[in-house]
Amino acid sequence: MNHQIDRKRFERAYRYMLTARILDERLAQLYRGGNVYGGVFLGKGQEALSVSVGISLDKGDVFAPLIRDGAGRLAFGETILDALRNCLGSPLGPMRARDGNVHRGKPREGYIPMISHLGANISVVNGALMAKRMKGETKQIGAACIGDGATSTGAFHEALNQAAIEKLPLLLVIANNQYAYSTPTSAQFACKELSLKAQGYGVSTHDVDGTDLKACMTTLEKAAALARAGEGPQLIVAELLRLCGHGEHDDAQYISPKIKASKVGRDCMDEARNTLLKEYQYPEKELDQWTTETTDEINQAIRQVQQEGGPDPFTHNWKALATRELCEPLGSSTL
Amino acid sequence: MSITYLEAIREAQAYLLRNDPSVYIYGQDVGAFGGAFKATKNLAKEFPGRVIDAPISEDAMVGSAVGAAIEGMRPIIEMQFADFSTVGFNQVVNQAATLFWRTEVPCPLTLRLPSGGTSGGGPFHSQCLESIYARFPGLIVCTPATVEDAYSMLIESVMLNDPVIFCEHKYLYFHLKADSLPQEALPIGKARIAREGRDMTIVTYSAMLHECLEAAAEMAQDGAEIEVVDLRTVKPIDTDTIIASVARTGRLLCVAEEWPWGGVNAEVISRVVAEGFNLLDAPPQRINAKDTPIPYHPDLWSVHRPTAQSIVATARQLLRN
Repeated sequence: MNHQIDRKRFERAYRYMLTARILDERLAQLYRGGNVYGGVFLGKGQEALSVSVGISLDKGDVFAPLIRDGAGRLAFGETILDALRNCLGSPLGPMRARDGNVHRGKPREGYIPMISHLGANISVVNGALMAKRMKGETKQIGAACIGDGATSTGAFHEALNQAAIEKLPLLLVIANNQYAYSTPTSAQFACKELSLKAQGYGVSTHDVDGTDLKACMTTLEKAAALARAGEGPQLIVAELLRLCGHGEHDDAQYISPKIKASKVGRDCMDEARNTLLKEYQYPEKELDQWTTETTDEINQAIRQVQQEGGPDPFTHNWKALATRELCEPLGSSTL
Repeated sequence: MSITYLEAIREAQAYLLRNDPSVYIYGQDVGAFGGAFKATKNLAKEFPGRVIDAPISEDAMVGSAVGAAIEGMRPIIEMQFADFSTVGFNQVVNQAATLFWRTEVPCPLTLRLPSGGTSGGGPFHSQCLESIYARFPGLIVCTPATVEDAYSMLIESVMLNDPVIFCEHKYLYFHLKADSLPQEALPIGKARIAREGRDMTIVTYSAMLHECLEAAAEMAQDGAEIEVVDLRTVKPIDTDTIIASVARTGRLLCVAEEWPWGGVNAEVISRVVAEGFNLLDAPPQRINAKDTPIPYHPDLWSVHRPTAQSIVATARQLLRN
């Protein structure tokens, strides 16, 4: 096997994956304990692809992650504290308790917060890239992450075509995790491969095994380099399996045991750990030490966020416009 | 020299492009062709790279404007017809309208909607969608009725740090002329008394202003003094100006070209009843288009929407109450 990925870079990617996985596990525990408002949505099984996207981006690039991109978010610069604050409703979080769980970002830093309407953020990244071009910033690229389900939306097709026409440096990353909530791919699309959808728009495509961290990193680095070199949008399709429910409320009984037992059902964390041990010759003790350190760091952050408390509805700034004087009077009766 | 409502919109965009490098225009056929109505005529030539043809992808047009606004730009998105903005609706109401609330990052974009009926327009080139958008927090909705407002309010809209739905009326594009562009103007959010009177207040906006003024002129021949309030902005609504007018007249008639269910008329009446019930000498009335899709044939269309004649009929009835 060739060593295209530098040892330290692979380690860095793995540690983001590890952090995302432990964070997910702790959030699931908090959810089951009734300590989370709303839902909890995990990225189990998608960490290798996600981190490869985040790690391929530089400061100044644009990133629109989706539900299962905890690892990519960390690699793009999100802190554990910000992730937890958003999931636990802290007013100190990036969305200040106005939005929760995976709906978080920092637009000023190129980190676009997702809305729940799938495919909707692809054109937002396109627009950011068009703006950068108009401002003379030509070094930056953007990435938008979606799942197989979003490839059925009009927003996906409009935005992919728009990126192709404008020759934008966009990475459009599809995690084909085999199910959109409970709907299998057989009920989602009839083409043989999702990459065919991009070919119709004149967009270059890359297929990759989403359970293989090294393959994901290699593919995303290549696609990012092409986009940066002015080769236009790049569509990446990764085959993998969501190793959890859509959210923690979902026991995912619909996932076929056959798929689970297949190559696509492998856990990318186990695979990456094996690569570290066998190929890069890391001692097992060192990997276990990372797990312990990361768990401690996350537990400490959870304690901190839980002490921060929630927002105060009475002092909250209930203004939906930046132009405050144009806000309508509040709707609820003051009589 | 005279300038039309449409030319005022073009001049406002030229002014913005000339004075602010963050402004650009994106829409179908807006480039070399100059737009379906020629609202961007010659602008692509004068401002290369900043007046950009879009594919027929309203969702992506608006979505990209949100991304550009995040990057500090001030996009103007021209919808070819207001009717087609429903295809980009999700990006307007869920992305643009919520961005500031979610992130405290402003979303300065202007969506130009060529709105309203013209003879022969039919069901899909005639709609007035201002109330649909006004329903959502995080949006400002402008409905200019004059050449001067078309110019000044468009410039102000683009300079605001919020998403603005700019409902420009196609019927006024060529019909309405002014001698010159304004040097100063009322700000967005303020209504204007378009005609003073003491017997009744008519609250209206956009193309219906002119039907109402015609109705008021006709009723003046019978000695009735009708006050006409031009809202100019339907979100926010200038409630103070409306209530002050009703306090003077004691009667309220609301006139809008949009469909009757809910909407600006219902909102104005609701506010006047809630905040100024004791000012009313008679139950407030409203006139809207009929609650059907907009008909194609001019003979059907002419009775589908409110006209000076139907306004006069309702106003006379209201004066007798």
